[in-house]
Amino acid sequence: MIHFVLLISRQGKVRLTKWYSAYPQKERTKVIREISGEVLARGPKLCNFVEWRGLKVVYRRYASLYFCMCINQGDNELEVLEIIHHYVETLDRYFGSVCELDLIFNFHKAYYILDELLLAGELQESSKKTVARLIAGQDALVETAKEEANSISSIIAQASK
Amino acid sequence: MGSQGGFGQSKEFLDLVKSIGEARSKSEEDRIILGEIETLKRRIVEPDIPKRKMKEYIIRLVYVEMLGHDASFGYIHAVKMTHDDSLLLKRTGYLAVTLFLNEDHDLIILIVNTIQKDLRSDNYLVVCAALNAVCRLINEETIPAVLPQVVELLGHAKEAVRKKAIMALHRFYQKSPASVLHLISNFRKTLCDKDPGVMGATLCPLFDLVTVDVKSHKDLVISFISILKQVAEKRLPKSYDYHQMPAPFIQIKLLKILALLGSGDKQASEQMYTVLGDIFRKSDTLINIGNAVLYECICCVSCIYPNPKLLDAAADAISKFLKSDHNLKYMGIDALGRLIKISPDIAEQHQLAVIDCLEDPDDTLKRKTFELLYKMTKSSNVEVIVNRMIDYMISINDNHYKTEIASRCVELAEQFAPSNHWFIQTMNKVFEHAGDLVNIKVAHNLMRLIAEGFGEDDDNADSQLRSSAVESYLRIIAEPKLPSVFLQVICWVLGEYGTADGKYSASYITGKLCDVAEAYSNDETVKAYAITALMKLYAYEIAAGRKVDILPECQSLIEELSASHSTDLQQRAYELQALIGLDARAVETVMPSDASCEDIEIDKSLSFLNHYVQESVEKGAQPYIPESERTGMLNTSSFRNEDHHEASMHGLRFEAYDLPKPVVPSKSPVTYTPSTELVPVPEPSYSREVHTSTAVPSISSSGSTELKLRLDGVQKKWGRPNYSSGSTSTSESSSQKTVNGVAQTEIVSTSTSRAQATSSFDLKKPQVEISPEKQRLAASLFGGPSKTDKRPTSSSHKVVKSSSHTTERPPAAKPVDASEKSTPVQPPPDLLDLGEPTVTSSAPLIDPFKQLEGLLDQGENVSVPNHGAVNATKPPEMMSLYAEIAASGQSGGVVNPIPTNGDDLLSGLSGGSIKTAAPGGAAGSPSLSKGPSLKDSLEKDALVRQMGVTPTSQNPNLFKDLLG
Repeated sequence: MIHFVLLISRQGKVRLTKWYSAYPQKERTKVIREISGEVLARGPKLCNFVEWRGLKVVYRRYASLYFCMCINQGDNELEVLEIIHHYVETLDRYFGSVCELDLIFNFHKAYYILDELLLAGELQESSKKTVARLIAGQDALVETAKEEANSISSIIAQASK
Repeated sequence: MGSQGGFGQSKEFLDLVKSIGEARSKSEEDRIILGEIETLKRRIVEPDIPKRKMKEYIIRLVYVEMLGHDASFGYIHAVKMTHDDSLLLKRTGYLAVTLFLNEDHDLIILIVNTIQKDLRSDNYLVVCAALNAVCRLINEETIPAVLPQVVELLGHAKEAVRKKAIMALHRFYQKSPASVLHLISNFRKTLCDKDPGVMGATLCPLFDLVTVDVKSHKDLVISFISILKQVAEKRLPKSYDYHQMPAPFIQIKLLKILALLGSGDKQASEQMYTVLGDIFRKSDTLINIGNAVLYECICCVSCIYPNPKLLDAAADAISKFLKSDHNLKYMGIDALGRLIKISPDIAEQHQLAVIDCLEDPDDTLKRKTFELLYKMTKSSNVEVIVNRMIDYMISINDNHYKTEIASRCVELAEQFAPSNHWFIQTMNKVFEHAGDLVNIKVAHNLMRLIAEGFGEDDDNADSQLRSSAVESYLRIIAEPKLPSVFLQVICWVLGEYGTADGKYSASYITGKLCDVAEAYSNDETVKAYAITALMKLYAYEIAAGRKVDILPECQSLIEELSASHSTDLQQRAYELQALIGLDARAVETVMPSDASCEDIEIDKSLSFLNHYVQESVEKGAQPYIPESERTGMLNTSSFRNEDHHEASMHGLRFEAYDLPKPVVPSKSPVTYTPSTELVPVPEPSYSREVHTSTAVPSISSSGSTELKLRLDGVQKKWGRPNYSSGSTSTSESSSQKTVNGVAQTEIVSTSTSRAQATSSFDLKKPQVEISPEKQRLAASLFGGPSKTDKRPTSSSHKVVKSSSHTTERPPAAKPVDASEKSTPVQPPPDLLDLGEPTVTSSAPLIDPFKQLEGLLDQGENVSVPNHGAVNATKPPEMMSLYAEIAASGQSGGVVNPIPTNGDDLLSGLSGGSIKTAAPGGAAGSPSLSKGPSLKDSLEKDALVRQMGVTPTSQNPNLFKDLLG
């Protein structure tokens, strides 16, 4: 089971956090500090795994962004590494050549995508297509909502003239 | 999927994000966020905020919270937003609450009602959003409120909904297993769902169920195997392929379940052998995910009833892992640790690889290797292993791991200690360096061990053990800053056995003890141990009839302690004073020598009180009623078994009150409307209803609803049993086939595998000398006799090692690998489709800034010629950082691409980074190739510049595509 997902930039700035196990706010800050300390300090040629408080943190670096997932002792690290990659590929598909800036400004979208991928700390969908379809479905609704809002406001604007 | 049409937020928010991005220190960031919190606090309570504005506020709250600040003042607004009718806002609300609230938060109760409503929505996206929230927010107490609806959603027409409903039930199971136990049949049914995603999701709860109770799921073995077979044969839709592997995540999950089901079950295991063999053959070791499946396969093989062929395959896979990059080495070491339980000899083949991992600079790998060593410790190698572990333990600062490794050392030392002397020495070291971290029980254990000896009835050995302990403790005691626990042990042992062998005089030892008590005057426990030890020593002296002369420092210690704030210390001091005044005979009875092991008889039935009890009863006192016979007390055991529905009756009720019933009586037995249910329906009848509702064919169901127009419109709409009911039941009992008589129980014969290993290594030409030190270590770890016969093998291991350690692979090592791989890699056809490769050649060492500039100017720097090929399209600077990731799993048998890549050579990159590019081409997954990333980045750049956001010099990578 995945306990939490962290996205940290190389400067140690938090880009996204998602907690699947219960960590109180204070604890979260501590966890982030500990993990970014461990992960960012690691050299490039080492394993992508770190043992941490009896759990394991699997991380992977993309450009200047580190994707970290914390898993149980008995889980398959390579699989989690690929789950991270799966997520990045899905992000990439959605944003179109995703870069850190996309995630900085659209972090809530990154959350939505993550929610379609992982649920309750487990991988719920391994098909990129399905995820993309669901997200697209949600976005389509958002678009129509926007259009409606626009048309309504324009109607109001015209009426009030 | 162009979604970057503007970031859609207000200038204010963009400025916030920007200023956070430019903050140079954590304190600056905190200041900005605190300001933002103030703004939000003011704004969010203003009347009549437009909804879009509110949505942004909520997202800003999420941002604040994400950066580790408290946004609890806004939680309630997020909760309110979930009530909104617009999906757009609702989704934001749900996102925010799932991020803000833990399952035990007070506000949850306010959301439950909304969730209930949304679960009934006829828009599946609303249902999905609600289910996401269910997974995060519903706690044990609120499960009954949503459970019926979630179960109903298992029959939803949309597979996304079914899948999320399963995951929600899985979460419920984790929170309170009893609440979903009656739904196991539903899980079995969804396992046959026609949508692979739903089937895959079902594996999560089934894995949990099987973990807890293997026996009752044995009948599913056949189903799991057939699913796995189908997956491996690529019968699933293409969209489940991942890097050309057929649904690897599902395969891994299935393998995990099979490992549980097959463990210790010969018959079940035999059914698995064929498919496991298939997977071993099919998995692609050039890509990471292939190795992930392979690793899981090894785990499975090591769990189930052993099969020599599969064990061979696993051993082969492990040896490949151990020769690859760090990640795979780690996995290999782990797998080795699993396999070693079944075939202990396997480690010998890999001794040098293991030792290399042990000396690796990577801590993670090192620790994994220690774990392996811990598993393979025997009495012959315990000394080497434990000494290594202790050395490592001393060198690290991580308390968590220090504790673990210390307790492992203790365990191994207790189990395999070759001599008393060594044991004492080892324990001393452990306590000296990690004394405060080890469990106090370990200390007690050590004391007991010293007192009782090693269990043999050899008094001589026991007293030897004791005197060696005393001797070493007297040596150590003078060292500064010993851990408290260790001092306690020292004091106790000196008190019991300090003078036992007559080597040291009582006054010498008492002097030492007084020094300890003085030096650690803050530690009351140590002082208590010390003074008790003093008491024992004096008692033995008095009992032996010798004259006791109390040292002046002892005297002052006693005086000090008798005035201590601690009553415990006071009592001990007074007891000591009293004892000294007694005569020899009395002291002998009070403090018998070496009596720590004598059993103290305890009269548990308190029979000496019988007389008193009887007297009281005669006087009219109430007789004692044993606890179990008392009435009116809740019996905890029966309470546990109580149905959760009944339990929920006492708690909050989440169901709405009954609507006024329409006059038309409902006759339909099929329709199930939870909204009109006052109390939860008793479990048995409920599950029956669900069964029928799913089993009824569509015509009759729609027909029955058409008869009476009730509020079941929703039900009708979604009620079509699209979802296959139990027709393809999996619960058929397994046919009792024995798979081609693999009844051999014998474990892999190492001779054959060893032969294989050597033969394959013979190919390697360059023989590198191994340092004799390493050889010695190997011999001591893996046993001496095999040393000579191992040497050729080991030396060739070394070759592989050395080549993978160096950054630039010497081309000399390559031909060997090439000969192992049958087909040379061809350059991917679309290698040059991205234009002007000449630009890159001009910039051999690209610095990030220049790169960014280049991106802005003409942006051609980035287009390294072999772009078209896949995920390897990374700017060179990144490549070197990223090399080990991309290369993972590929470095094993990768052919040096230099001759094939032509123009690429010009870029002057190191061999390592080119390597990352080529295997991608070899893996050749065209589905991943991306469009013109360059254009996108330029667009993005222009966009943010328009908004006034410029990347700072601090992080020029912001624009860099994550995937390269």
